[in-house]
Amino acid sequence: MLNNEAILNRINENYGSEVVISEENFGILTIEIKAEKTHEIISWLKRDEVLECSFLTLLGGVHYPDDKGREFAVVYHLHSWTNNFRLRLKVFLPSENPSIKSIVDIYNGANWMERETYDFFGINFEGHPDLRRILNMDSMDYFPMRKEHVLEDATREDKDDRFFGR
Amino acid sequence: MGKIEDLEVINGEGYQLTTLDKAIGLARANSVWPLPFATSCCGIEFMATMGSAYDLSRFGMERLSFSPRQADLLIVAGTISKKLGPVLKQVYEQMSEPKWVLSVGACASSGGIFDTYSVLQGIDRIIPVDVYVPGCPPRPEQIIDGVMNIHKLVKHESSRRRYSDEYKHLLSNYDIETKESEDVK
Amino acid sequence: MSEITDNNVSYKSKETIDGNYATINFGPTHPATHGIFQNVLKVDGEKIISSEQTVGYIHRAFEKLAERRPFNQITPITDRLNYCSSPINNMGWHMTVEKLIQAEIPKRAQYMRVIIMELARIADHLICNSVIGVDTGALTSFFYPFSEREKIYEMYEEVCGARLTTNIGRIGGFERDFSPVFHEKLKSFLKTFPKAFEEFNSMLERNRIFMDRTKGAGPISAERALNYSFVGPNLRAAGVDYDVRVMQPYSSYEDFDFIIPVGVNGDTYDRFMVRQEEVRQSLRIIEQAYNNLPEGSYKADIPEFYLPPKEEVYNNMEALIYHFKIVMGETEVPVGEVYHSVEGGNGELGYYLISDGGRSPYRLQFRRPCFIYYQAYPEMITGMTLSDAVLTLSSMNVIAGELDA
Repeated sequence: MLNNEAILNRINENYGSEVVISEENFGILTIEIKAEKTHEIISWLKRDEVLECSFLTLLGGVHYPDDKGREFAVVYHLHSWTNNFRLRLKVFLPSENPSIKSIVDIYNGANWMERETYDFFGINFEGHPDLRRILNMDSMDYFPMRKEHVLEDATREDKDDRFFGR
Repeated sequence: MGKIEDLEVINGEGYQLTTLDKAIGLARANSVWPLPFATSCCGIEFMATMGSAYDLSRFGMERLSFSPRQADLLIVAGTISKKLGPVLKQVYEQMSEPKWVLSVGACASSGGIFDTYSVLQGIDRIIPVDVYVPGCPPRPEQIIDGVMNIHKLVKHESSRRRYSDEYKHLLSNYDIETKESEDVK
Repeated sequence: MSEITDNNVSYKSKETIDGNYATINFGPTHPATHGIFQNVLKVDGEKIISSEQTVGYIHRAFEKLAERRPFNQITPITDRLNYCSSPINNMGWHMTVEKLIQAEIPKRAQYMRVIIMELARIADHLICNSVIGVDTGALTSFFYPFSEREKIYEMYEEVCGARLTTNIGRIGGFERDFSPVFHEKLKSFLKTFPKAFEEFNSMLERNRIFMDRTKGAGPISAERALNYSFVGPNLRAAGVDYDVRVMQPYSSYEDFDFIIPVGVNGDTYDRFMVRQEEVRQSLRIIEQAYNNLPEGSYKADIPEFYLPPKEEVYNNMEALIYHFKIVMGETEVPVGEVYHSVEGGNGELGYYLISDGGRSPYRLQFRRPCFIYYQAYPEMITGMTLSDAVLTLSSMNVIAGELDA
């Protein structure tokens, strides 16, 4: 059984220069890493005989519009079944060119999760085999999960804004 | 079952008279072939309605027609997103006259709790609806009540409705062509 | 199918002569898809050469919606994820928030949750397996379990008042203790269900036609399944014994004795059998939880999040304040990031919640197992026949609400 300190030490030994911040958040070690080396680190985490993060649990995006230069975050949740720990990797990207290397070649399961993240946030995954919208219509011209876009359907006329807190 | 008393018959010795429309209406009402367009949660409740506890086949709906061309009643159960809207409209257009539409659940009727960018705010924006069933999802009893209301409509509807100007006007509001009526005339 | 010999005259089908294959649209509306999915299949006769999926036909923007709602009001959204087993989704969400606010849940409430969640798992697996029966052409196997499912619905009604989209429980436990009628219904369910279930099981388990149809249909190896991030019964059918209930126990699952069934080939028959066995194990868990139901409170002591009873709201100043704060969403929430997962009907159902201290989540992402494993579908049906594709789809238990969010 590895504790979070041991995991962090192991990562620091190999990729210490890539780790920006690390913290523990409700039992899960959260590490912020630099965007350039993400693919390499995730690939190493999967292969490493100590950590063995062989399972990709979740991949998704977050939008922080007020954080200049780090507007978008891509969050990876990895799970090591042999050691039974979870690991959260965060990568921040600027809004001018939110682009990161795809990890579909490491985990096939990342394929649709990356497409979904592209669909919601417009984050570009380089090297993705088929990066296009997945849940929304192809004709949609914005990325709906970005904070500046409204949730509501614009065609409703029967709703009085006063009663809906808008 | 519809009762023969509903039909305003004239009883005589050895004969009964009624209008052809009403006799046809009775026959139609008790042999409606539904097309379940079940997309989400309401679809599971619709399955329960079909199942052994509620048994929709008591009302002459034993046969579910999954082909729109053989169906009379389109049961839309569940959320219709904007992506799915054109599909629903195409299914409706493929159905032959006479046809009715039952909108099951809040999502199909008005968008329900999903007032979001991706959900169609009620199927009546793309196709005409005859009966709305409220609920999220409606209980099977409510779905059956909606079906009974459809039966009422079917029973009392003129078999020439499709040629009436009102009906053509209604469909033209939804940009649905009424080609069929032209060649019959 | 490319060559058919008839009366010594050999001829080829038109498609093969031209060097082309036929293209079939399997969906979006198709009686065998049980939901709205589109698969454009390229077929050579009956054999599937390749397929391309389109999803998103019921995209309802859950994640965006969750960013606009107070924590209590997100429970109804989770109902509509996997609507065959909504109580598991509800409680998964409640546990996520409880993790964030670090609430201590009494043992009784935890056991009550286990009972409800396992009932939900039975209901979910019954739908999936009865639908596999329908797709092999046996409609009887649809009607038998559905009358049993109604009993589970009746129990839900007794606890929360709703049948399908239950919105069951609250952050911190339950709104009330199990009623006497619930106890009665659960007792009679535990007595009658095993017999009815074995009756349903005997219709299919060793049925020659059923086995011929399902064995070898849509297989996937353990290695491929892991690479596709499979979870739940579909992964276990491939032979990997991963179960969140055992790996990272929540809600006192460590107290119960149950086994995780695994398959060998990962084909439709194995998926069916794994689900059948899980129903039996769920029954075992319910029995253990019910027989050892501890005394105590059914709710946690967290007045900032748990709505006070109505009579207190009218008579007690403090209760009124809490009621107002909760309803208006003005309770202070800790800042942080939580990931919590539960074993849903389809496997690991996760909630990734980022809270910035506001009335609603800054970001809430659902780990929707269907969405992640459905992408392996083309690989699983390539080389199979069209009828196998139908069976594979229904045995994977792809729920449109969970798939499209």
